[in-house]
Amino acid sequence: MANVSLRNVRKTYPGGFEAIKGIDFEICDGQFCVLVGPSGCGKSTLLRMVAGLETITSGEIDIGGRVVNEIEPADRDIAMVFQNYALYPHMSVYNNMAYGLRNRGMPKPEIDTRVREAAQTLELTGMLDRKPRQLSGGQRQRVAMGRAIVRQPKVFLFDEPLSNLDAKLRVAMRVEIRKLQRRLKTTSIYVTHDQLEAMTLADILVVMNGGQVEQIGSPLDIYRRPATTFVASFIGAPPMNLIKLSGDEIRAQFAGDRRSAAEAGILGVRPEDLSISGAATADGGITLNLTVEAIERVGAETFVYGTRARAEKAVSATPGELPEGEVIVRIPGQDAPAIGASIRAAAHRDKLHLFSADGRNRIDI
Amino acid sequence: MVEHRRWNDILAYAILTFGVFIVVFPVYVALIASTHDAATVVNGNMPMLPGSHTLENYYRAIFIGGSRASREPVGHMLMNSFVMAMGIALGKIVISILSAYAVVYFRFPFRQTAFWIIFVTLMLPVEVRIYPTYKVIADLKMLDTYAGLILPLIASATGTLLFRQFFMTIPDELLEASRIDGAGPFRFFKDTLLPLSVTTMAALFVIQFIYGWNQYLWPLLITTQESMQTIVTGIKKMLTTTDELAEWQLAMATAILAMLPPVAVVVFMQRLFVRGLVETEK
Repeated sequence: MANVSLRNVRKTYPGGFEAIKGIDFEICDGQFCVLVGPSGCGKSTLLRMVAGLETITSGEIDIGGRVVNEIEPADRDIAMVFQNYALYPHMSVYNNMAYGLRNRGMPKPEIDTRVREAAQTLELTGMLDRKPRQLSGGQRQRVAMGRAIVRQPKVFLFDEPLSNLDAKLRVAMRVEIRKLQRRLKTTSIYVTHDQLEAMTLADILVVMNGGQVEQIGSPLDIYRRPATTFVASFIGAPPMNLIKLSGDEIRAQFAGDRRSAAEAGILGVRPEDLSISGAATADGGITLNLTVEAIERVGAETFVYGTRARAEKAVSATPGELPEGEVIVRIPGQDAPAIGASIRAAAHRDKLHLFSADGRNRIDI
Repeated sequence: MVEHRRWNDILAYAILTFGVFIVVFPVYVALIASTHDAATVVNGNMPMLPGSHTLENYYRAIFIGGSRASREPVGHMLMNSFVMAMGIALGKIVISILSAYAVVYFRFPFRQTAFWIIFVTLMLPVEVRIYPTYKVIADLKMLDTYAGLILPLIASATGTLLFRQFFMTIPDELLEASRIDGAGPFRFFKDTLLPLSVTTMAALFVIQFIYGWNQYLWPLLITTQESMQTIVTGIKKMLTTTDELAEWQLAMATAILAMLPPVAVVVFMQRLFVRGLVETEK
């Protein structure tokens, strides 16, 4: 049980590549912190720095009131679950879990108690004598968790632990991990690139991009009030529609805008906040005229991909997110307009997000 | 799928059978020769069926030696060969696994250089460096000792390369998990690398045991006492006689005996050996 603080943490590789560009945040005791971001954003590197597997170029990492920069991984009082589980292939499940405890010189009876307790929690009791290769993916995953639990560490570190599982198992294990963490009340840091995992697991969510923190907050705060266009398009699926507006258009749209300058900006609206049934909104919302290009029926909901009739282009914050000019509308059920039809999609004013033209700042409207 | 054609199959089997015959026939002749008395073997008409002197020949070969007093019995030569082959095989495994561990897992200055120097020794087998090696062993007063037989043959790169390749297939996360589990370099080696390397070690053991067992030139060069002779050089000496008939029946019995330990090693370690070469268990 411990707070974890990162103070201006940086990592520069010998080649000069700056992987982590100064990160500050604090995780309170018992919180579940999720680091999320696209691949290459430095989230795994940051986790490995907390674990002690990567050196810290500058700054401080503090676990439970102790700066751990120079402390060996084994002495940091952490436990880590790896993406490929990293189980010892030649050891039984029991020994995989007991190994770390034995290395610490813990008395045998206590090791036995802890391992059996963990095995019971994780429903591994009947498998203690098996080798990892005799287990399914989900069971291996649980052994990896067990190895972390028996240590009773101050901090759990998870490095994309679910990405090797199939979709169904991933959802089940996600819930398991959350329940387990709630029960053990151990501070946890969890790395993932899956925004759904991030949203559902996190007490505090850290969105990272390019070695920097884009936004920190509770998942719903981040969803409701993304600080940058990057966060806006990364959190939420499908991503938020982003539409470039000129300064004049902004002033026309938002009469009460306090900014007088004729600055251009980016308007954001989530697919789920657009509706094609309602009439034009009277409260200062927007209406988009769209030509339907494609339909995706998921069952409970349907995604309508349309291009905007007018000339303005929607911009995408990260390449490959949304083609220019395309807008996604999420509608409930399976009834969708025909392809090629013209539709009007409207959103209320309080569902609109406005960002500066470079996408780096959120503007309150 | 290769199409099966009757005549192709027959031809293939015929060629293979012929090949097996060529390889096996001399061994068969040796086996037959070792069961006859000296007169039958040297009269020029080699019988194709076993004779009646089997027990006598093998008893003499193992415990007494040839008719000349100076000749060592095979039992002792087998022992020498066994010590040498085991020494080379085990010594090589120990040296190779340690050097491969150093080269793969430790960052030290001139690591790559060290690896390349080890690699270059591949091009310097004993036969090439035989004079300097002889000089070194002689200066160290290791002539006619087991150490002299074993040490120069241990130093080569094959094993190091084999272990290095194997270690590089072990995922880094295993090392990291060990570090988090509080295992230092020694514990990681003992608890994780060694158990995972068992099949590779078995493969190397088989190869090196046979390599050591079959050494001819080096033992011939540095052993002068009969009591340090290995079986491979011993067989040769049995056939070099000046004023009497070579005892072919004893030489053949010795040859058959000399084949047994390597065959036993291959047979007993075959399963581990094949797994070590083809499958990496991770």
